Amino acid sequence: MYDLKTQIIEQLNLQDKKPEDIGDDEALFKDGLGLDSIDALELIVLLQQNYKIKLANPDDGPKVFRSIRTMAEFITEHQGKAA
Amino acid sequence: MFIRALASISPQPTFGADQLPAESAGYSSNRLACIEPDYKEWIDPKMMRRMSRIIRMGVATAALCLKNAGIETPDAIVTGSAYGCLEDTGLFLNRMIEFNEEMLNPTSFIQSTHNTVGAQIALSVKCYGYNNTFVHRGFSFENALLDGILLLKDNEVNNVLVGSADEITNISFAVLNRFGRFSGGAAAGEGAAFFLLTNEPDPQNCAVLDAIHTFYKPAGADAVVNEINRFLTSQSLSISDIDLIINGMNGDSANDETYHELNRGLFNSQKNISYKNLCGEYPTSSSFALWYATTMLKSEPKPRRRILIYNHYKNIHHSLFLVSSC
Amino acid sequence: MNHTDPVVYIAGLGIISAIGNNVAETLDSFEKMLPGMQEISMLDTIHRGELPVAEVKLSNKELGEFAGISPLIPRTALLSMAAAKEALNDSGVELNSSIRSGLISANTTGGMDLSEQFFADFRLDPGSGHLRDIVNHECGAVTDLVADALGIKDYISTISTACSSSANAIFFGARLIRHNMLDLVIAGGSDALTKFTINGFNTLMILDKEFCKPFDENRKGLNLGEGAGYVVMVSEKLMKGLRKKPYAVLSGYANANDAYHQTASSPEGTGSWLAMTGALKRSGLNTVDIDYINLHGTGTQNNDVAEGTAIRRLFSPEYPRMSSTKTFTGHTLGASGSIEAVFSCLAIEKGLIYPNLRFNTPMKELDFIPETKYLTGQPVNHVMSNSFGFGGNCSSLIFSKPQV
Repeated sequence: MYDLKTQIIEQLNLQDKKPEDIGDDEALFKDGLGLDSIDALELIVLLQQNYKIKLANPDDGPKVFRSIRTMAEFITEHQGKAA
Repeated sequence: MFIRALASISPQPTFGADQLPAESAGYSSNRLACIEPDYKEWIDPKMMRRMSRIIRMGVATAALCLKNAGIETPDAIVTGSAYGCLEDTGLFLNRMIEFNEEMLNPTSFIQSTHNTVGAQIALSVKCYGYNNTFVHRGFSFENALLDGILLLKDNEVNNVLVGSADEITNISFAVLNRFGRFSGGAAAGEGAAFFLLTNEPDPQNCAVLDAIHTFYKPAGADAVVNEINRFLTSQSLSISDIDLIINGMNGDSANDETYHELNRGLFNSQKNISYKNLCGEYPTSSSFALWYATTMLKSEPKPRRRILIYNHYKNIHHSLFLVSSC
Repeated sequence: MNHTDPVVYIAGLGIISAIGNNVAETLDSFEKMLPGMQEISMLDTIHRGELPVAEVKLSNKELGEFAGISPLIPRTALLSMAAAKEALNDSGVELNSSIRSGLISANTTGGMDLSEQFFADFRLDPGSGHLRDIVNHECGAVTDLVADALGIKDYISTISTACSSSANAIFFGARLIRHNMLDLVIAGGSDALTKFTINGFNTLMILDKEFCKPFDENRKGLNLGEGAGYVVMVSEKLMKGLRKKPYAVLSGYANANDAYHQTASSPEGTGSWLAMTGALKRSGLNTVDIDYINLHGTGTQNNDVAEGTAIRRLFSPEYPRMSSTKTFTGHTLGASGSIEAVFSCLAIEKGLIYPNLRFNTPMKELDFIPETKYLTGQPVNHVMSNSFGFGGNCSSLIFSKPQV
């Protein structure tokens, strides 16, 4: 999950954040990290670029990207496949 | 129309400066780069993370201008940019070709739209008012200024934030060089400048923006002279009433021929200085000239003076500004 | 509107889009209920066969012949020339030095269709790529090409504010006439399909893989289109000298900013509400006076609910008829405001109400539905046309029947 946090910081250009600053179960959107709809799209690109996972339905986004942990679990489950 | 406040980011230390930059004899290289502030002081980090350089330049300059004006939110925002957001455009294009249209990042596409500077300013100060962006080459800033002036003439608004931003990137510099743009003595430049315009008299006002005029592809030097004379006559003035001319010579002899003819003729008895040696050549450089003229008038208010700015871009887009002390 | 404010007349119309290469063909498509979407045919992209688009049915070579201009210029310029020329011819005005004339044109793509090709070579070797493919890259270059071809010099400008661009161009042009700076303005916009735009919108995941369904509960996104639309606006003095009736007058206009998010509209439709309210105020009309709204209606989840909510806040409980003509033309981006302005003027001239195709299920947030039939001979005195773009840029225009 540490690697994932580093990748997210880079992809979303969260310049003032370090991996230690992001909690494993912290809400990524709305409260918590406060990401928005464009960030959600960027995370979809991240999944594809770094993990070869294609999230075809953006409506699944909120579930998958709820926290670092849910993202990591999703990646482990789907790595290398279309979701 | 008054210029209440202004700000500039340029290849000179103009950001936050009340005085004019030191005179410079010539260009240090054929590509001038802006001296940029620490943007963290001017832009919310949450917004800044998405902003490429040109957007930061525009938003920070606008923020400083508003601070100087003592205004949190202007009534309207009008911007001009000939090239738009080149860096983002290049990034998206590059990836699109390299990755064969897959795995593309939305951020660089969104930020590549030309009205991003104006939109981000509106977002940062929650301005719900009129917002427009002009992208017409050497007229981009002048169009924006006219739009702002017309809003004020109609009494639709009390103030308008008007400005421009244009950048030079490695790609654009390489391409423009292939057109020979910077091999004849001119240097590439870039910059952002913003002005808060208002109808309200106030001791804080920096200068009076009396009039602007643009003209397109004049037939020759005589046509230029006619346009200048007509412009001055419309203000009930003649060339002898002008205390200083600021001209848009850029160092390229072909480009500067029109100015030389004017200097031999109509302008030959007036004090005359160039400005592009400070900011370089780019389509919206006249905003730097206006910043320069206004700063000069603000810092030396007496005796009352009139400055005429005459600039052309590639001898196609010509513009005139008349600015005077309050 | 203050009765002493100068009136701005619409004297000429020009249009080219996926549903026709001129006004007559366009009206024919509406009558036959024939939308312009199809598979991508002109661009070489991986999305061919996947994303429907609304292309103009002419190649660049054919457009050059059609418009009477070199086909080697950007497609956005070719489309612009075709429609602007039609509008000027339609107005019956012969330009001469006593008529102060201007061209205010809008686009978002500039010369990108050719720049893309240049860049493919350039990025591998900075000395390669044809300079003629990049020389007209800028948005403003497209406008200069058309201004030169039409012989317009007195005032030339280009506006680029995403999807509201050409609506903004129209009312900026009108203001130049009202301030007695110009007697005639050709105003509008143009945008051609490019790989850049198709891919850009695709990354936002707001493209429908089927034909779009604006204002339907099950809408999935927009279809991109291309085209150009122009109106010729003239002063009262010039109108008196023309031996024809004007199509309409531009009675109201406003631009406001949503200031909510870079691409998404606020759920309450703040910017949209402000723009529509502002346009009504300027026109001196009440909501009940509006006979038809040409919706921005892109078909995205976000736009339609924001726009619909703003309309509900403003018009409820009495709604005018309304529809999204993007169900025919697709979303033509920088051209959409002016293409829809042309539709608005024709609606007034001929008493038309346009249909909103592919509507099945009302949106749960709204208590109104769009019009689904093409109607003629209707009393259409006042039309509102909405255009809302990225960056929260919201514009609304109102066209009215000219008083005799």
